[in-house]
Amino acid sequence: MQRSSPFAPAEVLIAIRGLRFVRGALTIFDGVDLDIPRGKITAIMGPSGTGKTTLLRLIGGQLRPQAGRIEIGGQCVHELGRRELYQLRKRMGMLFQSGALFTDLNVFENVAFPLREHTQLPENLIRTLALIKLESVGLRGARDLTPAQLSGGMARRVALARAIALDPMMIMYDEPFSGQDPISMGVLMKLIQTINDALGLTSIVVSHDVQETATIADYIYLISGGRVVEHGTPAQLGRSSSAWVEQFLHALPDGPVPFHYPAPDYEADLLAGQDL
Amino acid sequence: MIRWLQGLGRYGLARLTRLGRGNLFLLRLLGSLPFLFNRPRLLIVQLYSVGVLSLPIILVSSLFVGMVLGLQGYTNLVPYGAEASLGTLIALSLVRELGPVVAALLYAGRAGSALTAEIGLMKATEQLASMDMMAVDPFKRVLAPRFLAGFIAMPLLAGIFTAAGILGGYFVAVEQLGVDSGAFWSQMQASVDWREDVVNGVVIKSIVFGLVANWIAVFEGYDTVPTSAGIGRSTTRTVVNTSLAVLGLDYVLTALMFGGL
Repeated sequence: MQRSSPFAPAEVLIAIRGLRFVRGALTIFDGVDLDIPRGKITAIMGPSGTGKTTLLRLIGGQLRPQAGRIEIGGQCVHELGRRELYQLRKRMGMLFQSGALFTDLNVFENVAFPLREHTQLPENLIRTLALIKLESVGLRGARDLTPAQLSGGMARRVALARAIALDPMMIMYDEPFSGQDPISMGVLMKLIQTINDALGLTSIVVSHDVQETATIADYIYLISGGRVVEHGTPAQLGRSSSAWVEQFLHALPDGPVPFHYPAPDYEADLLAGQDL
Repeated sequence: MIRWLQGLGRYGLARLTRLGRGNLFLLRLLGSLPFLFNRPRLLIVQLYSVGVLSLPIILVSSLFVGMVLGLQGYTNLVPYGAEASLGTLIALSLVRELGPVVAALLYAGRAGSALTAEIGLMKATEQLASMDMMAVDPFKRVLAPRFLAGFIAMPLLAGIFTAAGILGGYFVAVEQLGVDSGAFWSQMQASVDWREDVVNGVVIKSIVFGLVANWIAVFEGYDTVPTSAGIGRSTTRTVVNTSLAVLGLDYVLTALMFGGL
């Protein structure tokens, strides 16, 4: 199942080979190969329900694949014990779609949470670190608010500050733009880019917001029907000859993915009603 | 017919898998308890929320239960001129049965359902998953303190229920119906045995009920289907299953302790 990688081996942080994942009767991935390069923003795009979130959970070790390997920096994620997995996860950040802030803690305590759990730092240092992270997402002034008082976009920014609290080597974004107004979308795009460049980390963005994601991504994988359909830089994908890629990137209503759900013949279906 | 059998088999398998999941869950939960030695604050916060906040309902209900026992006992004992035994009747009913059982049922409704809903909502809003991704074990950080707090609170609540119930009975019997106060207390003292009645009744029963009630509550929350309907169903299941388990176990325990089996 070896596939020629578009990157040199030293560039690759996460290597996925022959990934197969089945949930119930549904095959979500069937032979997915992809490489996430270090220090870049890699986008994974595809229609709703193609298991993009599932892929992030597989990379984070919250789900186990039925076959294939997921290697992060040479370590196979699903072969690690809980202790080693937790060691690895301390170096991973993940931004959940909803933000997933702890509702019983205020904004400041949410950002301080990983620091308090994983370090023995004195209180004044924790305060300084948490405020630096909050400042970087522009919400230092919102430190005393509760998650319920935040808008969706602000909640995601707080969650982002929390995800980078321990200075991870990589960060995974699950649908960071969905349901955001244009301003908040712009803020998040800028943040993802700045944080990636400033902290020198590796970013994975899972999304189906084509334009926004294509603007910030260095490399894009398109997933559909359980496999990688196309991959390349945004410019390369723009020149792709595949009709499916064309339809997806330009949001055309009809194409290889039909507008109509499979149905019996329209005329016959309507006429069948006359006998009732 | 075949389809019916298939359905039965599927149902049985689903039940058994769930039971297995529940047992594995309990094992991992018990394994997470030592973590609380390092973080006693987590436990104290939960003790307040499941224990202290359950006190009002426990106190009010126990007073009423005791008062009803006093009234009922009095009307039934007076024809035999045995109203002096009212103290014994009230104390034994509460210590052996009503204290642990009713306290556990009230606990399931007040604290168990709240535990399930809270944990279920944390799961539905991905708080547990995000904690897990931050390399913080939700079993240690979220589930273990809640479980242990409930387990500690249950016997204490049962003890308070029993004591307050006896006071409620005393109030009706002595203050209102005129039973002799000395007879009330001395008969009670003479007939309630520490080991036979108090340890067997309030102590052991409520420890068992506390284990079961909190296990069910925490498991239902963790195992919930992460939707609003799912959380509703889990909360209901916590109250129903805890009540059934408590009443069923009460029969078994009573038979073992007092039934001469």
